[in-house]
Amino acid sequence: MQRIAVAPLAWLIIGAVSLGLAYFLVYPIHVLQILCFMVFAAAFNLLIGHAGVLSLGHAAFFGSGAYLAGILMKTESVTPELALLAATGATLVLGLLMGAIAIRRQGIYFAMITLALAQLVYFIAFQSPATGGDDGLQGIPRGAVLGRFSLESNGAIYLFVSAISLLSLWAIHRIGCSPFGSLLRAIRQNEDRAISLGYATRRYRLAAFVISAGFAGLAGGMKALVLQLASLTDISFFISGEVVLIVLLGGIGVFAGPLVGAALLIGFQLVFVSSPVPVPFVLGIVFVICVLAFPRGIVGEIVARLPAQSPSSNSPAGQQHERPNEGREHSW
Amino acid sequence: MVDLLGLPVTAVFGQLMIGLINGAFYALLALGLAVIFGLLHVINFAQGALYMLGALVAWLLLTEMGLGYWWALILSPLIVAAVGAAIERTVILPLYGRDPLYGLLLTLGVAMMIEYGVVWRYGSAGMPYGTPEALRGVVNLGFMILPLYRLWVMATSIVVCLVVWHMIERSSVGARLRAATEDPAMAQALGINVPALRTTAFAVGAGIAALAGVLAAPIYQVGPLMGQSLLITVFAVVVIGGMGSIRGAVIAGFSLGLIEGLMRLVYPEGTRMAVFLIMAVVLLTRPEKPIGRA
Repeated sequence: MQRIAVAPLAWLIIGAVSLGLAYFLVYPIHVLQILCFMVFAAAFNLLIGHAGVLSLGHAAFFGSGAYLAGILMKTESVTPELALLAATGATLVLGLLMGAIAIRRQGIYFAMITLALAQLVYFIAFQSPATGGDDGLQGIPRGAVLGRFSLESNGAIYLFVSAISLLSLWAIHRIGCSPFGSLLRAIRQNEDRAISLGYATRRYRLAAFVISAGFAGLAGGMKALVLQLASLTDISFFISGEVVLIVLLGGIGVFAGPLVGAALLIGFQLVFVSSPVPVPFVLGIVFVICVLAFPRGIVGEIVARLPAQSPSSNSPAGQQHERPNEGREHSW
Repeated sequence: MVDLLGLPVTAVFGQLMIGLINGAFYALLALGLAVIFGLLHVINFAQGALYMLGALVAWLLLTEMGLGYWWALILSPLIVAAVGAAIERTVILPLYGRDPLYGLLLTLGVAMMIEYGVVWRYGSAGMPYGTPEALRGVVNLGFMILPLYRLWVMATSIVVCLVVWHMIERSSVGARLRAATEDPAMAQALGINVPALRTTAFAVGAGIAALAGVLAAPIYQVGPLMGQSLLITVFAVVVIGGMGSIRGAVIAGFSLGLIEGLMRLVYPEGTRMAVFLIMAVVLLTRPEKPIGRA
């Protein structure tokens, strides 16, 4: 498949510029919400697109990150960057715990375990007094970076979250392009082969899971700062399902996929928030259409139809793909 | 008054009975899931939505056509089975042969469409459904007082589970269904109508869910999202019982209901978590075995 022949740094600049424009064209808080989900979805894509691992409980990380950041900001009067750091660190640990349990199984069983463990986390959050139960954490202060630069204004929080998001997306991209990323894809395509080459495949998949969890927690923490709210929805199955849909819609395994998916889906929800049609109803329709007609996702379909520059050895151009993760090069 | 676990006996048995009733619904839904997964290798995320449809159809039959509970018990499963067959023919059929995770995602989408379609049409509050005349009142078992309707639910669910199990594991129709699962090409070559059997299997799963919905209506009332909270627990039940194993699903369903009832007496905060903890433990300690056979 054609590699997008533009240096990542250029993309960073393009991203920064577009974000700058977006600030004036679109309601900034909405842009930030979309950004948070972009990071969340990109982290999820690292897991499913590269490692080929489907997690049905990623809301546990997103929500935990949100709650942790919120709790720290409210009760300890911590600076926002430290709160985010702590949220990320804690979700890394949570990811390690959940992943260590789940990674011993594969495929559907793995997905079911993540679902169950996420439910456990949900119930713990539900019952814990620190999370405010049904009401959630409200009025989370945004604090001041390094104690000096207040994030209360739209502009300040916009700069802060945009910077962190861009850096995170860049980092995720780099991880995908790295030898580690190649190894994940190799393990996904032929695990036995990888094992025979001496790689402890389970550990690599666990590593991918943990990294994905950490970034998801960071995204959740940022969201809590942006909206100044953390609720049970953030840690519920609805969010777990939504991130799957975002990546499916945008394109599994393609870097731009989760970005496009998040922009579309979250953007749609923000625009139609007061419509009488229940959002999940539309999401359900999108889900069904995607699975049946666009399994490669929007960006995936676009990339697949580009003229192939160098046909990869394991996927003849034009072959209909049955599995979501089989035999595809990535346009990373 | 005798005391058990520091509580009056009637209270203990009362909680256990509530747990068993919940277990009956777990078992019924798990049964449907196991049938569909065992025979179609599709994880039907829409099972909860079909359960809700069963209750909804019962309510509609009552309010729109004046047809009461006993009519609903027969008609609702048939109607919802037809809906299930339609779903299978249209959206599930293209997915056979692909990664089962696709089926999971698709049925999730279908579930969302059904549940929130109902929310759109009828609002998110529930609709009441009364207990049928003949089943009101209580039964005195000596050590506890049991509402007659709950006894009815228990009896019906046990009978349904036994009948379905017998049909699939022991009858010739069931044998053909199982053959179609294990080797569709061969079964088809031998003249078995595999696509029709698949549709039937899905329809049966849907019908069982709907029956559970009708049974549930007088107890839990009819709410658009009544299946949602139930479903994730039922998934855990199916996994514990062994995915695709009908006997396992049923036994696990009743057992877990009972365990939940016990938890509510001993450690109420952990009630909802119990099932998932057990599932995690079971999954980690059980050796991985091929999907399908118990």
